[in-house]
Amino acid sequence: MTTGSPRVGVVTFPGSLDDVDARRAVRLAGAEPVALWHGDHDLQGVDAVVLPGGFSYGDYLRCGAIARFAPIMTEVVAAANGGLPVLGICNGFQILCESHLLPGALIRNDHRTFVCRDQQLVVENAATAWTGDYAEGHTITVPLKNGEGGFVADTDTLDRLEGEGQVVVRYAGVNPNGSLRDIAGITNERGNVVGLMPHPEHAVEELTGPGTEGLGFFTSVLTSLVAR
Amino acid sequence: MPRVIVDVMPKPEILDPQGKAVHGALPRLGFDGITDVRQGKRFELEVATADDATLAEIAQIAETLLSNPVIEDFTVRVDA
Repeated sequence: MTTGSPRVGVVTFPGSLDDVDARRAVRLAGAEPVALWHGDHDLQGVDAVVLPGGFSYGDYLRCGAIARFAPIMTEVVAAANGGLPVLGICNGFQILCESHLLPGALIRNDHRTFVCRDQQLVVENAATAWTGDYAEGHTITVPLKNGEGGFVADTDTLDRLEGEGQVVVRYAGVNPNGSLRDIAGITNERGNVVGLMPHPEHAVEELTGPGTEGLGFFTSVLTSLVAR
Repeated sequence: MPRVIVDVMPKPEILDPQGKAVHGALPRLGFDGITDVRQGKRFELEVATADDATLAEIAQIAETLLSNPVIEDFTVRVDA
């Protein structure tokens, strides 16, 4: 374990947009942000990893499909399977699904238009590495912006996600993109890998977001790392 | 040089918003006889020989990269 504050890596792919905001959120939460490069086979010994939003590889082929085969993803997948906390936001969520670290897939919004709004979410699982600082059932508001954010999976997978408590956040008020069962974010069985379409890293300061209710994702991982 | 075609289509049960958009545009153009449109992708792979081993490899490529089996089906065929 490193001395000082935990180090949280944020991967930059070609086409990543929100890597700087994610690093900023990590810093505001009290951790040390570490910039990771898609082309490296090196996680630089970080204690957790964030896959940020954006359009990695121009969303060519499918969102996240090419990023999955980036050199750094070999390391991320192995570390995630070993228990490293990994958070995928928006494009990062798509990458986690393409990497099979999370089940299901994200498809084009059912209404076919890009959506950008402040979105209400209900936290349904406050026991993951990234949501421990929230209260279960609590409603938060964070920005949402995507064109391909419709979460889909077969019925068995959806039933399993619900039955095992792997739905982390669910859309409240309105379903912005046609996600099945209003699912906005999910976790793996172990609770260390979390993916969600909304952007908690854009709700960490009063000045620039709808509030600071997204910061909890980044403080939660610190709490879970310190508790180890 | 043989060419191998990989067609990737959204699974029937998966919503296809792009196909719906195309379908929705047809009546505006005066085409009223089309009852549904599904939109997929076509990949053309140039190979030295289209033998069984190559086709098996291409099926593997289609499954791991060209398609996402969660939401898409694919077919592999040699271009005649």
